[in-house]
Amino acid sequence: MMNRREFCKKTMIVAGGLIIPLSALEVFNPKRLHAEKDGEGKVRWVFLVDVHKCVGCGFCVKACKIENDVTWDANVTRTWVERYVVTKDGQTLIDSPKGARDGFVTQKIDQASHGLKEVKPEEIAKGFFVPKLCNHCENPPCVQVCPVGATYQTGDGVVLVDRTWCIGCGYCVMGCPYGVRYFHPELHVAEKCTLCYHRLSQGMLSACVDACPFGARRVGNIRDPEDPVTKIITTEQVNVLKEEFGTKPQVFYLGSSREVK
Amino acid sequence: MKNHVWRPLFIVLAIVGGILITRTLLVPDDFGVYERGYMYGWHRKSNEAEWQKYPVKYKTATVCRECHKDKYEDIKDSPHGSISCENCHGPNHDHPKDPLGLNIDRSRGLCIRCHAYLPYKDNIRGKIPGIDPEKHYPQQECVMCHYPHDPTRSNPKHQKPEVKS
Repeated sequence: MMNRREFCKKTMIVAGGLIIPLSALEVFNPKRLHAEKDGEGKVRWVFLVDVHKCVGCGFCVKACKIENDVTWDANVTRTWVERYVVTKDGQTLIDSPKGARDGFVTQKIDQASHGLKEVKPEEIAKGFFVPKLCNHCENPPCVQVCPVGATYQTGDGVVLVDRTWCIGCGYCVMGCPYGVRYFHPELHVAEKCTLCYHRLSQGMLSACVDACPFGARRVGNIRDPEDPVTKIITTEQVNVLKEEFGTKPQVFYLGSSREVK
Repeated sequence: MKNHVWRPLFIVLAIVGGILITRTLLVPDDFGVYERGYMYGWHRKSNEAEWQKYPVKYKTATVCRECHKDKYEDIKDSPHGSISCENCHGPNHDHPKDPLGLNIDRSRGLCIRCHAYLPYKDNIRGKIPGIDPEKHYPQQECVMCHYPHDPTRSNPKHQKPEVKS
């Protein structure tokens, strides 16, 4: 039988033991939650792609790969260009050989296991090029799924990966509806477009923007009403990719077509 | 109650305590919730600075122009004036400090990025002067005849061979 003294002693040990794990849980802080909702900084980077101007030269892909040390020969890239060829009988053929690292230099369209397909010029209804990159979404699903806090969004809207913190689980690679993430072939961590954060933070433009000879790619600050990119986004007919996913993508497309997914 | 009944509880408490201590030791001080809130902004703050320190390789044509004013004059009014120097001459890196110098791409592959003809009528690509790379002097480098800084002029360094296209 337990006497009263012993009972009190044991109760205190159990209660004390329970408190330790409870203290590990963060205390709910309504003030901080409120601050999360409206983090209004002066800068929010956005990207603008003018599909009409792109000719598929792939200089953007080349510059990105070199600037950001993306393994040149591996079939991975932070940004890529897609070719869309719509035939007169309504077929849409899409390809992006090596992510257009070397541009589009042939009329043959790479249809993977179906080989190279050549469409006669008179059968082509339209052909155009669409550059793709990370959308730096306002609601980035890739960030939500990270179990360790290795990927995050900065105050100015850029989604980054902490290479020292990533455990390589691949949830974010699966979570991105735009397929912009991949594993770095050498570092074995999740990898993605940083909008050239190192260049933006010192007043330069992203490497792909500087490399584009046709002005098809532009980067700007949506919180600055005088920014030319902001003016285009707010006054012209722009589109985003996969709006129905609710990710609020921040890469805007001028002159996009319904074939573009 | 016997000691053996309590022992598992003490072991569990020790494990939990151990995990908590390791956690405080391993998680960096600046790991926390920042601007974008718990859902999007939970990260190690110093990583932002690490990305900002990433070395810039493409220094832009503005930097080239500071020393190579003659080359800038050469190209500025040509149809190739909108092409950044580094697209063909290679990224600046630490030029001119870097003793290796720049790696100029004079290859055919570079020119046909734009000048391989693709029959997309309503796209700018269909309007750029283009060739069929398999038929137009397949073994020659483009720069043998064409002057890359200004394609409207023939290359002064080379004699144009007497062949019809």
